[in-house]
Amino acid sequence: MATSSPIARSLDAGLGETVVFPSPGQIIRRRMRRHKGLIIGGVIVVVTFLVAIFAPVLAPHDPYAQNLSQRMIPPIWHEKGTWNHPLGTDNLGRDYLSRVVYGCRVSLIIGFSIMLIALTIGTTLGVLAGYFGGKMDMLVSFIVTVRLALPPVLVALAVVVLIGGSMTVVIVALGFLIWARAAVVMRASTQQIRSQDYVAAAQAAGCSTIRILLTEILPNLADNLVVVATLEIGRAILLEAALSFLGMGVQPPTPSWGLMISEGKDFMFFQPYLITIPGTALFLLVLGMNLLGDGIRDVTVPEGRA
Amino acid sequence: MITYTLKRLGLAALVAVTVSIVSFMLIRLSGDPAIALAGENATSEQIDFIRKQYGFDRPLVVQYLEWGRRAMRGDFGESPYFNQPVTRIIGDRIGVTMKLGLMSLIFAVAVSIPMGVLASIRPNTWIDRVALTISVMGQAMPSFWFGLIMIIVLGVWLRLLPISGTDSFAHFIMPTIALGYYGIPAFMRLTRSGMLEVLSSDHIRTARAKGLRWGKVLFKHALRNAIIPVVALAAVQLGFMLGGSIVIESVFALHGIGYLAWESIGRRDLPVVQAIVLLLSMIFVALTLISDIINAFLDPRIRVK
Repeated sequence: MATSSPIARSLDAGLGETVVFPSPGQIIRRRMRRHKGLIIGGVIVVVTFLVAIFAPVLAPHDPYAQNLSQRMIPPIWHEKGTWNHPLGTDNLGRDYLSRVVYGCRVSLIIGFSIMLIALTIGTTLGVLAGYFGGKMDMLVSFIVTVRLALPPVLVALAVVVLIGGSMTVVIVALGFLIWARAAVVMRASTQQIRSQDYVAAAQAAGCSTIRILLTEILPNLADNLVVVATLEIGRAILLEAALSFLGMGVQPPTPSWGLMISEGKDFMFFQPYLITIPGTALFLLVLGMNLLGDGIRDVTVPEGRA
Repeated sequence: MITYTLKRLGLAALVAVTVSIVSFMLIRLSGDPAIALAGENATSEQIDFIRKQYGFDRPLVVQYLEWGRRAMRGDFGESPYFNQPVTRIIGDRIGVTMKLGLMSLIFAVAVSIPMGVLASIRPNTWIDRVALTISVMGQAMPSFWFGLIMIIVLGVWLRLLPISGTDSFAHFIMPTIALGYYGIPAFMRLTRSGMLEVLSSDHIRTARAKGLRWGKVLFKHALRNAIIPVVALAAVQLGFMLGGSIVIESVFALHGIGYLAWESIGRRDLPVVQAIVLLLSMIFVALTLISDIINAFLDPRIRVK
């Protein structure tokens, strides 16, 4: 029993019983199985990923195909619904289910890209501030303060409109606006890691600063990076939806959930499903990302709970 | 305390100058602001005229200093759309945004502090779980969508509240909930974790051991300490809410500066956009300064850090 796992260490307790010490991996796996939020969030995120990947298989129709004779057919739970369009159609007769399914792709691609930009900027600044301290720390704190003072939605809107609305502009504009939290978290973690003995040992051994940052500091930030990345994707998806809702983000006819809510808004009193369906999809995906991020934090760095 | 205040003041001034440079450069992102102002069908003479009129032909530094000098006096030039001074247009509308921001802050604090306290004195019970659920939902809820759902349910189906406009207090209820809900998670988590920390400290144990009433211990000894970071957060959150009002104001057609900013961006009314970005940033800088000072005043440990 004690040797069921090669990494499980065992000890004879002296009473003829063997006490099994679980390995760190086993501890984390056990915590994961018991963490309801992590499981729910993980399932939502994995399902969304699968839907995004298999969108062409899952979507019953072309999400861009308009059919003016099939406009605003209600969803299947409504008495006038048909199985041909399970979630109904919009005001241009496009199949709503297909648009929601392809919307997963739009949200995930945008969320991931924004997160990558934001995390790169935030981690670089945070690690520099945390490792070097002193003047560098003051400089980074200053940049973070300036960034926080600027209202992100307003600045992003202005940038998108002035440069021209395309998915790339939306991604870059938001990526350059939401790195502040990543910088703050990475700075705090780097400060903690910097005072560890192994960093002092690397310094004493004469390792170059770049090498210490890349091989001693960065790998130990991995847990935190995953947590911040997951939470930032959620926030980025919400911001993209808000911009698209205001008509200054992703442009039609792209099936972005925020844009779908914006297009359905004019008909929402008579056809509320036009906004409840994409809104629920948006809410669930962001909820899943947040639950997953919080869950990973609870499981990997339980002492870092806010 | 005075040294600390002066240091913070200096930092805030530096941030303010940097932010003003950013908002000045923002409208120059498109390249030539004269072309953006003139619109799509303008002739090259019209563009030249606008370039001269707004001084876009001069060096950037000169333009910035001139703009900054005027902005300090509250002069942001004329809006080409309204043919009115920008300051007057914003002045007419800022009241609505301020009212919405303050009401949202009050709503968020009024909901989250009692919930945070309840969650902290009964951790891991159903109360704690309800509080956690509300905060997790709040972080995932798109505020504009929440606003639209409220309009359908409360405004159209139940006919309880008016759905757009600013005529009465009732007009502000739904926008306040939509915007305020966004602040609840942060306040509640901070109250809960602060209370949990304070409640496990020695002076609470002593207070209870000498037989003080539980309510008195809770409010006089624990909450007063736990609330300090919440006060600081309140100032920052008010800044975020003013910035986030652009989305909510356009959902409920509230004619505040958020809605104005949205409309102005759409019609390339750049002086107005620039002034609103600067104004909101400056309010945020002032709010964080105030929150830092209040914080240091309430908690002497911060001053010496």
